[in-house]
Amino acid sequence: MSVVSFPVPVTTAGGCSDAPVLRERGQHEVFCVLTGIIWLHRKIQDAFFLVVGSRTCAHLIQSAAGVMIFAEPRFATAIIDERDLAGLSDANTELDRVVNQLLARRPEIKLLFLVGSCPSEVIKLDLSRAASRLSAQHASNVRVLNYSGSGIETTFTQGEDACLASMVPVLPTADVNAAQELLVVGTLADVVEDQFLRIFHQMGIERVRFFPPRRADDQVAIGPGTRLLLAQPFLADTAKALQARGASLLPAPFPLGIEGTTAWLQSAATAFGVAKERFDAAVAAPTARATASLSRAKLHLEGKSIFFFPDSQLEIPLARFLSRELGMKLLEVGTPYLHRQHMAMELAMLPEGTFLSEGQHVEKQLDRCRALHPDMVVCGLGLANPLESEGMTTKWAIELVFTPIQGFDQAGDLAELFTRPLVRRMRLAA
Amino acid sequence: MQLTLWTYEGPPHVGAMRIATAMEDVHYVLHAPQGDTYADLLFTMIERLQKRPPVTYTTFQARDLGGDTAELFKTAAREAFERFSPKAMLVGASCTAELIQDDPGGLCKALNLPVPVVALELPSYQRKENWGASETFYQLVRNLALPADQIEKTQSSKPRCNILGPAALGFRHRDDLTEIRKLLTDMGVEINVVAPLSATPADLARLADAQFNVVLYPEIANLSAQWLQRQFGQAFTKTIPIGTTATRNFVREVAQLAGLDPEVALSKAESRAAWYARSVDSTYLTNKRVFVFGDATHAVAAAKVAAEEMGFTVVGIGTYSREFAREVREAAKLYGVEALISDDYLEIEARIAELNPELVLGTQMERHIAKRLGVPCAVISAPVHVQDFPARYSPQMGFEGANVLFDTWVHPLMMGLEEHLIGMFRGDSEFHEDAAPSHLGGGVHVQTAQAASAVATFASTSTSASASTPVPEQINAPALNQGASQTNASILIAAWDAGAEKELKKIPFFVRGKARRNTEKYAIERGVTLITTETLYESKAYYSQS
Repeated sequence: MSVVSFPVPVTTAGGCSDAPVLRERGQHEVFCVLTGIIWLHRKIQDAFFLVVGSRTCAHLIQSAAGVMIFAEPRFATAIIDERDLAGLSDANTELDRVVNQLLARRPEIKLLFLVGSCPSEVIKLDLSRAASRLSAQHASNVRVLNYSGSGIETTFTQGEDACLASMVPVLPTADVNAAQELLVVGTLADVVEDQFLRIFHQMGIERVRFFPPRRADDQVAIGPGTRLLLAQPFLADTAKALQARGASLLPAPFPLGIEGTTAWLQSAATAFGVAKERFDAAVAAPTARATASLSRAKLHLEGKSIFFFPDSQLEIPLARFLSRELGMKLLEVGTPYLHRQHMAMELAMLPEGTFLSEGQHVEKQLDRCRALHPDMVVCGLGLANPLESEGMTTKWAIELVFTPIQGFDQAGDLAELFTRPLVRRMRLAA
Repeated sequence: MQLTLWTYEGPPHVGAMRIATAMEDVHYVLHAPQGDTYADLLFTMIERLQKRPPVTYTTFQARDLGGDTAELFKTAAREAFERFSPKAMLVGASCTAELIQDDPGGLCKALNLPVPVVALELPSYQRKENWGASETFYQLVRNLALPADQIEKTQSSKPRCNILGPAALGFRHRDDLTEIRKLLTDMGVEINVVAPLSATPADLARLADAQFNVVLYPEIANLSAQWLQRQFGQAFTKTIPIGTTATRNFVREVAQLAGLDPEVALSKAESRAAWYARSVDSTYLTNKRVFVFGDATHAVAAAKVAAEEMGFTVVGIGTYSREFAREVREAAKLYGVEALISDDYLEIEARIAELNPELVLGTQMERHIAKRLGVPCAVISAPVHVQDFPARYSPQMGFEGANVLFDTWVHPLMMGLEEHLIGMFRGDSEFHEDAAPSHLGGGVHVQTAQAASAVATFASTSTSASASTPVPEQINAPALNQGASQTNASILIAAWDAGAEKELKKIPFFVRGKARRNTEKYAIERGVTLITTETLYESKAYYSQS
């Protein structure tokens, strides 16, 4: 029962399944995974993220989030100082002191993440032991987990993967005979979760849970009856950890655009034995709405060329959506990391001959980008304004992680994220 | 380890980036792990620069740690030189690279590049951003400035100076520079070199072609100015021209160094701020209680303006710049307060809660604190966010700077008429005592007296069940300072009877906290256990006399 066949009739004459990928090493202009805290702390409302790292780590997070004025931020950094490095103070004692100080200030916190960083990894501070020690100390009130947010290991959105994976081992185990349950994995905007839930219910799939939950104590049980549907492409370790506990993964592309969303929902429908008529009825109205909104966006985007710098691992599904549903030309699709298995269906749907790259040498990639002079460049904020000033139109990539883009009713919004810079450039030029 | 909700300064290599990015033809090769490129965003997003910072990162990863990270660094340095052909290079390490000890300076020497290479030693676990900027600028000046006899001197009858300090990501450096440059030029002083902002290595080479230096930001330029004084005998200015009075003093100081008559320049000086502060509309600003925090330079200057030019009462002053603690302590003496020298956000929060000011002049971080406590706040110093790199001309320095300060600081305060009417009539559905000032769009103040009183009561709430003031759950910052305040724990706090509590509510929110505190202090000192309306007024009369 752990293998579910993929039923969606995606006609792909090969696509990019076996396409060669340019692998590059050099300067990576990407975020480190600590950035994930910025959205995760808003998703899990009673969780706190304590980074154990340097002043650089603290500076990174506040530079990204500090434009919001917080009465009470739900993240902080325990800054390692020279005493810790020289071994003059016992790092574990220090950490306990900091955590106690923090929990005294924030008694309402139910889940505390100790987040590792490059410095804490390099000096081999054992945060997993610290987490279990502190968990035992605060057993009745707070669970303490740990994951690595270090930039030497991973990139940007992989922070969510590491965070969610760290939550898996403490999830309760479902009854062996428990009914099948659908578990949607990956942070989604609340409104998107609600939409998906309605559609699943209309199909007759009643038992649907989301992971991560909105509150830490809302613990979903995992077992052989659990069917995983990944909502985000960057969750390799989380998926593996959940599968190791008996859950089975439903293979699907990612729910971006009409095609992606339909296939994604279909994957669940097949696993839960939903009749074709019922599936069609559930998706008919939202599909029609999405089609209408995409047709407007297509006027701006069709035939335009686009170049993706690596950022979030969302690049391939986005490129698939933009090329197949909006008619954009893909010049290069860069991704920080390519997980072939999770991306298999997405790759199959990419136009044949798409130039794929994994990793980065930012200067060489900029050279390629300038030579091609695309109509639109998807890149990080470190590159966006400089490229704009060179006359290129950019779409800053991080916004795609902070915006509701999944599902039918967001397909138009997703397309609009790409039309907006083009429209703006036209309007300001006029 | 230090628990840090917000940090006032970045790591020292960010300071080095601020120098490299401010300058032209300088490239910085930074040994750093993947992800440290976030710092580029400070410049491209917060300061909205149109170019990428001239920084190459080695972005090593975990798998490189087993291999040759030194070779990785050499490759990055060689490629950066070939691609960008800088006239001088900076090389250094970020915090993680410091741990693996690859010695970027030595490695780069081996490359034998045909330009000056300045190796930076920036101890990330001891020092911070401003120190990093200061050290980097100093190293560049030391390595590049030529002695007077090796440069071609400009033949000019006018006195010449350098302007030192303006950098990338500096709070209003762009407009301060414009303002001061104009002020100096109008006085008849020629500008030799402005550095680091927009200076090239060649510009640094001819620093000696000036009689004196104007230091705008000591945090960045003092070290270099001192070296230039020792090396080339260039005196440098000590007055920071923030505020009308300070600007006038600055003009006098410059005139003296340049051998000019200051009165000519001063007679033309125009400051609307001075008149605005004298006009009767500003009378209600008298004795408003203000807390000042920021880098040392801005904090000291702002406190002076607040006290002498706005008529505020400075109830607290502090800085996160430990290097300049002495200056801030000196300034604190002027106002009879104790300086707070700390970069611990929680400590500053506790102090503000305790002092219960009516206005906070601080950094982006104090905006978080002020929001939590419901106190009006204006920004006077870095760290700042994108809204404080404005498009419009908005210097802090010079006479126009004084005008900007007046507008910025008065804006968050409730305007006079509204303040009067709220003091007279209560219970209005729209203009009530807990509403934010209507010229700011209204909304509800989180604060109120409870926030401040929590400081006084928290120590006793655990020991005294009779304390009638419920401490709101979100106000528990002072709990972190338990050590400091624990001494009061044995004192039972006076309880408020219902009538007194109601009477207290009639005091406008921005002074209510102080009234509550004074009354409680008054009651405790006299052994009164239950505060009545009478006690409230007795205390009011007592404190208004003293």
